[in-house]
Amino acid sequence: MIRQELRLTGSGGQGLILAGIILAEAALYDGMNVVQSQSYGPEARGGASKAEVIISKEKINYPKVNECDIMLTLTQVACDKYINSLKSGGILIVDKSIEKLPERDDIKIYRVPILETAIDKLGKPMVANIIALGSIYELTKIVSKDSLERAVLGRVPRGTEELNKKALEEGFNLIREHKEDCYGEVC
Amino acid sequence: MADKIIKLMQGNEACVEGAIAAGMRFYAGYPITPSTEIAELSAEKLPQVGGRFIQMEDEIAGISATIGAAIAGEKAMTATSGPGFSLKQEGLGYAVITETPCVIVNVQRGGPSTGLPTAPAQGEIMQARWGTHGDHSIIVLYPWSVKEIYNTTIRAFNLAEKYRTPVILLMDEVIAHMREKIELSNDNKVEIYNRKKPTCSPENYKPYEVKEGDLVPEMAGFGEGYRFHVTGLVHSESGFPSGNEKVAETLINRLIDKIEDNKDDIVEVNEYLTDDADIAIVAFGATSRSAKSAVDTLRESGIKAGLFRPITIWPLAEKELLELAKKVKRIVVVEMNMGQYFLEVDRIAGKFTKVEKYGRLNGELITPEEIISFVKEG
Amino acid sequence: MPSQLVNEYFRTENLPHIWCPGCGNGIVTRAIVKAIDNLGLDKDNVCVVSGIGCSSRASGYLDFNTIHTTHGRALAFATGIKLAKPELTVIVITGDGDCSAIGGNHLIHAARRNIDITTVVFNNNTYGMTGGQYSPTTPTGDKGTTAPYGNIDMNFDLCELAKAAGATYVSRGTIFTANMLIKQVEEGIKNKGFSFVEAITICPTYYGRKNKKGEAVDMMTYLKENAINIAAYDKLTEEQRLGKFVVGELYKNNRAEYTEEYQKIIESFQKER
Repeated sequence: MIRQELRLTGSGGQGLILAGIILAEAALYDGMNVVQSQSYGPEARGGASKAEVIISKEKINYPKVNECDIMLTLTQVACDKYINSLKSGGILIVDKSIEKLPERDDIKIYRVPILETAIDKLGKPMVANIIALGSIYELTKIVSKDSLERAVLGRVPRGTEELNKKALEEGFNLIREHKEDCYGEVC
Repeated sequence: MADKIIKLMQGNEACVEGAIAAGMRFYAGYPITPSTEIAELSAEKLPQVGGRFIQMEDEIAGISATIGAAIAGEKAMTATSGPGFSLKQEGLGYAVITETPCVIVNVQRGGPSTGLPTAPAQGEIMQARWGTHGDHSIIVLYPWSVKEIYNTTIRAFNLAEKYRTPVILLMDEVIAHMREKIELSNDNKVEIYNRKKPTCSPENYKPYEVKEGDLVPEMAGFGEGYRFHVTGLVHSESGFPSGNEKVAETLINRLIDKIEDNKDDIVEVNEYLTDDADIAIVAFGATSRSAKSAVDTLRESGIKAGLFRPITIWPLAEKELLELAKKVKRIVVVEMNMGQYFLEVDRIAGKFTKVEKYGRLNGELITPEEIISFVKEG
Repeated sequence: MPSQLVNEYFRTENLPHIWCPGCGNGIVTRAIVKAIDNLGLDKDNVCVVSGIGCSSRASGYLDFNTIHTTHGRALAFATGIKLAKPELTVIVITGDGDCSAIGGNHLIHAARRNIDITTVVFNNNTYGMTGGQYSPTTPTGDKGTTAPYGNIDMNFDLCELAKAAGATYVSRGTIFTANMLIKQVEEGIKNKGFSFVEAITICPTYYGRKNKKGEAVDMMTYLKENAINIAAYDKLTEEQRLGKFVVGELYKNNRAEYTEEYQKIIESFQKER
């Protein structure tokens, strides 16, 4: 793994930029080189938002993500908008609320109930980003579990550590338990 | 590892951390994308170290209060972007003629006018050099990474103090907003330069008098017993206005000479694989990261490419560019504009080698692939 | 023979000043110096900040920490100085154009913050330095070189503006009643907050000549006859007030001062340690 590029997409306010920062920090703890960036529209809430993370053993020169290896998407709008930026052979994690799945047979698609788990199981919609990180980890092992947990705990508000640990665990479980919801060439 | 802190840091954050490490204790500004985090973090951090932050009513007030605080004796900074940099030009000239040390950060965005507020561009290369009215010289620094933003911000303060001049820190939106690894030393061992204070008695103090062999006058602060006068008018050594042509010529020449005659100290260039290069890419900031990627790929395909990266973009690295021009067969200037720095590189290097430009302006960073194909296909 | 006040507080080597014969700026400048003298302030701790215009040249003649800034921005520079060194007594010298046209935004925000700065506006109803163009305080109907057919703008009441924006000391005086002006500047400096003193002065060279107001003495007579002290002014009917203007201490209030509030934030961190 020389250079892995991730794109986390959804709508503004879903905490995806924080998720990108946490992931980058975890990779940093693993001793990797990282660049985290984001782009946003003029809206503070809503709209299409994306955070990007590059993780590399080597020094990162060009700091932008064009075509990514791994993509997470939490909304239909973001999915439609960014799907073509996922590399052939790449991994797509979509939230279960996304009904119109991309018509691509060159990628692996995992459809898991991230938002639903946050709301119904944990009662806190704002931890969806942490659940998503758990799922990304379980699927890709792109960072170590210890580093991820350390990064999460270092960035979430004081007093919410237990909740976020649980969210992370739920994220792992979603991938373990929802294999049947995978689409694409592999599943 | 106790002597090092490794952390993930945003470019704008590194600017504030560097500034505070350099001794910044005053910030006045007006929020504007993509520089806003510099104001926000200054507001948070300054009172913690006994410093002061103020959000002014507009961009002009931001630079004015910054200069005021610097004359009162503090190390002061303001930050802005695009439209705000245009508004700050008059104040910048005031800092030049009054020889007020201060740092002005411009995190560039797409222009002209409101342009592309959240997208990168390198459109103020010439504005940073010539934007304020009247002839003058200026120091402009241009970092390419989060770590270098930290170091360069410290250097900006040091040069400002040493040469009693405003120093412009040009940044790219790409680097300002991205986060990457930064290693900071834990022992606070940062080299700091402070303005020279007068040692003479107040009766003998002339605020713009220079000592034999020096070009930079000593600087007292307000309230330190020296009761001097500061004006944006042309002034004599006494600090008071003068319309005398000899006084005017002496002052303006000294303001220019104190920078141009000290280029060896001020100019900093980073060269990568230029020693045996046939083709040199000249680039700065985010663009130079793409260029470095391109150089590596070109080398792999057998093309001897190198990167010439000015960190001090003004004053111009003429000597270094001349050496480069005599060494390589071709120079390509890559910048996110339609050819601003190219004009200067061509002026210096054009007599000795072929100089070409590659520029694009659409809100996206130039990619390594584009540079490679331009180098290969022209 | 210069007076004791001139010897003590003026940079006599820079005199004579640039102001025209009959100009009222000298009287206002003296009022400021006299107020400082009356208060017994240490010259080393007084900072005089000015903008651009005839009146703003005063800073160069005064023996304090002085700064002649850019047009309209005196209050913004002064804000930086005061916040950086709250121990300084900061006085801003500005003109009607400098303060309320190009610098209008800074005036209202300095007042809003209630930062401890005393602003003395030399209001001569015109842009003198550039040759008599109309300013925001040129009365409607009066002429300027850029209002050759009469000014159609409504003129500002600067004191009302400063009061509405949040100044905690507001007064108006004229160069005819110099002692009142001295007292007003003194009170302004004593007020811990943003103080605004409007000094009505005269420009016989441009405003006076352009509007057929006569010589300097005639313009002084006009001030004498039409400036009405607030106590008396309050008793006048609307009809009686026509053509008159009010002088005196117009507004006073007490509220939190900006640099003191900021100091509390700094101290909250020092306590934590």
